[in-house]
Amino acid sequence: MTGKVVTITSGKGGVGKTTATANIGAALAARGQKVVCIDADIGLRNLDVVLGLENRIVYDLVDIVEGRCRIRQSLIRDKRLNELYLIPSAQTRDKSAVSPSDMVKLCDELRSDFDWIIIDSPAGIERGFRNAIAPADLVLVITNPEISAVRDADRIIGLIESEEKGPALLVINRINQELVRKGDMLTAEDVLELLAIELLGMIPEDNSVLLSTNRGVPVVLDGKSRAGQAIRNIAYRLLGDSIPMENIGEDGGFIGRITRLIRPGGD
Amino acid sequence: MPSNISIKGVSNGLLIILGQGEWSDVHQDLLSQLDQQTDFLKGAKIALDVGNRSLKAADLGKLRDEINDRDLSLWAVLSESSQTESIAKILGLATQIGKSAPENNKLDVDAKQKIGEEAQLIQKTLRSGFSLQYAGHVIVIGDVNPGAEIVASGNIIVWGRLRGLAHAGAEGDVNAVVCALDLSPTQLRISDAIAVTPKRRGKPKPEIAHLHDGQVIAETWQPKREIK
Repeated sequence: MTGKVVTITSGKGGVGKTTATANIGAALAARGQKVVCIDADIGLRNLDVVLGLENRIVYDLVDIVEGRCRIRQSLIRDKRLNELYLIPSAQTRDKSAVSPSDMVKLCDELRSDFDWIIIDSPAGIERGFRNAIAPADLVLVITNPEISAVRDADRIIGLIESEEKGPALLVINRINQELVRKGDMLTAEDVLELLAIELLGMIPEDNSVLLSTNRGVPVVLDGKSRAGQAIRNIAYRLLGDSIPMENIGEDGGFIGRITRLIRPGGD
Repeated sequence: MPSNISIKGVSNGLLIILGQGEWSDVHQDLLSQLDQQTDFLKGAKIALDVGNRSLKAADLGKLRDEINDRDLSLWAVLSESSQTESIAKILGLATQIGKSAPENNKLDVDAKQKIGEEAQLIQKTLRSGFSLQYAGHVIVIGDVNPGAEIVASGNIIVWGRLRGLAHAGAEGDVNAVVCALDLSPTQLRISDAIAVTPKRRGKPKPEIAHLHDGQVIAETWQPKREIK
């Protein structure tokens, strides 16, 4: 087995990196892939909470790096999905406790045991970000259709290129269908025009994400959620399935058509 | 010899580094040291590193004149203080060494009117956070996104969308132009003039911006138009 390392990053905070990590990981695991999610946000750990595994943490990422435990000891198996594991981050330390080469070494050891190694990057462009992308084979940049998030995504994409980890793939999260319909929101086309990288998926704004995050259950396991469906599609595209972009959400294609009707020619 | 002044030879002249101390004292020390070594220093081009001092325009101007009176020429002032840097720029002094001295700029500017002069070609999207400074022309094949900046002593040509910051003629060339297929920079500077792009309606057209009576003017590209 030679696992693929996927880093999920954004620059700006609060756009949905952790939710995306947990759910893409869960969706891959539900398809029978062996997945480990690594929370690289040292000092502000969240991924364990989103996955509902907070109370099982014994060892964390910093413990592995500093040699207090073996990798196997730090792996937490998910409650629901037997193929999904988590390496949590440390809450009482900061980003400088881990170096990019530590991350590369860790991921190289994990590659032989897992199909997918998914790293949840912290916000920002500093040490934590560099730790997270150092081992990456593939980088997903997640953004919201909002001008400041897009600006930060642009910066991050530039940094990924300069670290020679590009080209990154784009995920646009929290697309508010109501606002797009009214023409009050940046459209996916607007975002893509600026960022000029390949789009991997679009996730609609959906309250079920919030509910499932609070319950610690990945939304992809909820068959009815539109966001869950969108994230499953993203995971399946990573597996090489060709799923047309229009299938995202029930009226993803409808949004696109309406948008083009309202705003001919763009600008 | 006062120990807080050190003189080093650098590729394009001398670098004098001023240490700690009150400006008036250091200033006096510097002048007396220059006086002691007139024969050795004669005709030298001097770059002055003043550390983190915030100097007033009057102080720096006075020092420049005093240095020039001694058959030396002050061409650059290096400082960590942005105030000092901006004053040095106003006085026409360089703030980085390794670049050409300002008195050579006139020659450079003239040379730029000739064919075959230096230009930097970039063939990718320049993203937020990218900064390019180049003594010559800059040509970009690709977009310049908001948050990216290009500073060139010559012209800037963007075969794509220019939406970041562009500063042409950054060393004072008032004939510099900026052109782009879609000229919508967050800010456009030519020489010392600064302009922002008005909101545009309709489809973008190729445009060229130049200085006219000290104002930045952007015009739609006309096939037969001649660049000044």
